[in-house]
Amino acid sequence: MSPLLEARNLHCPGRLHPADLDLKPRELIALVGPNGAGKTTLLHALAGIAPDGGTVSIDGVDIRRLPPSLRMSRLGYMAASRDIAWPIAACDLVALGLPDRRNRAAIRAALDKTRAFAFAGRRVDRLSTGERTRVFLARALAASPKVLLLDEPTANLDPYWQLFIFGLLRQECARGAAVMVAVHDLSLATRFADRIIAVEHGKIIADGPVGHVMTDELMERLFYVRRGAAGHWDMA
Amino acid sequence: MSPRAVLLLLALCLALFLASLALPFGDIRGVAARDPELATIILVELRLPRALLALLIGAMLGSAGAALQALLGNPLASPDLVGTSSGAALGAIVTGYLIGLASPFAMMLGAMIGALAALILLLALAGTHASTATLLLAGVALSLLTGALSALALAIAPSPFAFYDAYDWLMGSLVDRSLPQLLFAAPVMVVSILLLWSKTAALDALALGEESAAAMGYPLVSIRRLIILAAGLGVGAAVSVAGAIGFIGLVAPYLARGLTRGLPGRALPPAALIGAALLLAADILVRIVPAGRALPIGIVTALAGAPFFLNLVVRGRAETAR
Repeated sequence: MSPLLEARNLHCPGRLHPADLDLKPRELIALVGPNGAGKTTLLHALAGIAPDGGTVSIDGVDIRRLPPSLRMSRLGYMAASRDIAWPIAACDLVALGLPDRRNRAAIRAALDKTRAFAFAGRRVDRLSTGERTRVFLARALAASPKVLLLDEPTANLDPYWQLFIFGLLRQECARGAAVMVAVHDLSLATRFADRIIAVEHGKIIADGPVGHVMTDELMERLFYVRRGAAGHWDMA
Repeated sequence: MSPRAVLLLLALCLALFLASLALPFGDIRGVAARDPELATIILVELRLPRALLALLIGAMLGSAGAALQALLGNPLASPDLVGTSSGAALGAIVTGYLIGLASPFAMMLGAMIGALAALILLLALAGTHASTATLLLAGVALSLLTGALSALALAIAPSPFAFYDAYDWLMGSLVDRSLPQLLFAAPVMVVSILLLWSKTAALDALALGEESAAAMGYPLVSIRRLIILAAGLGVGAAVSVAGAIGFIGLVAPYLARGLTRGLPGRALPPAALIGAALLLAADILVRIVPAGRALPIGIVTALAGAPFFLNLVVRGRAETAR
């Protein structure tokens, strides 16, 4: 299958070693690595945020050349921070992710997808962490982008909503999207991802199917953890 | 639109209407009957520049305040943060009494040069890929420096008159502003306002955070520079004509966001309108309050603005308690 996103010479001086990366349609990729390993930096580079961090094209088009209205339907990005300084309603926040901010049907569909429609009219800064995450995720999904890059979408969520979000991301893959998720929960990564990319000290040290990457040696090297007798992770 | 928003818009229209009618009309009709030429001079050369300047400066301060608040994600950011207001003040003081050119036009030119110098210094200090925090820190440092230099210049005043002139200018005033002053400052302010307004969509996207806005494809580095440049130039021009006028740049954006459901970028045009109406209203107040001498307009806006903010604090406290 030809790649959906092609990244060449991704780099960020001092934080990310040069790397090439392809994401295929229908692929759910988990990005794992210890704190400070460079997961967010890699996501930034893939999203074209870094000022001169290589080239990224989606469907053969260099995303840096695309204006916001065209970029939204190709790339959805969700940052790790879900803080907001302004008293904006959930539906208005989701509208910011659409080329046409008055497209009510698309706003409703996105909020329905993340089960956030019930609080569409409420101020995002007054929602709980879980509700707020679902609103921000709805914003990233609103324009049905071909590539989704999500920085720790399940951080601070209870088990039900962690499973719900990964189930939703699988649905996004089913419609043809490529989804890349930075995640710390190794069980979630193992269960839902097709492919795992492991980073350490700003370098991709492993990239492949779950069984190939989630080996005991690599987990011990990366996180100083080891799989115990009952399948739990223990400190090495 | 909520009923409160409709009321606010009605009040705005009333303020605009009152300014052009209530003050000049009664006197002018009598003068016009006796001496039409004098009436024209009073209207076109005295009152019109003053009213237009109040409108433009209010709109400039409202737009710049709203743009900087949206850029910094902070509802307490004010146009003074960029450092051009205090740069302009220093320029005016140096021209006005160190060089000894105390005419309003010379002081305005000096202020404009001061504002420009502060702006160039700010951009040079912050560097090409400056983050918002770096720009802000550089702006605050510049404000402190130019403020200290202004205070120093006042402290070594050559004469009490010079001190008084500078002090009067610093308090902010629209009294006796002439048509040439309007023609000098207006184009700068109009261009600045339009430049700021051209970035409303990006400023709305910034509500999601810098990362998300950048991932959506908004070129943050150039947007940041443009907003600092436009706000700095425009506010510099405003301060050079009318002196320092506080609170408008802080209050108008807050009120405007009430009309745009909290969206900070879309609030720019209404913030301009509200700023214009507020400054015009303050200028009307200055003229009709019998205080022996004309009150500095900066004091009026601050006196009106402080209780407004106290009210916000009290309401915010009540909401948190709930």
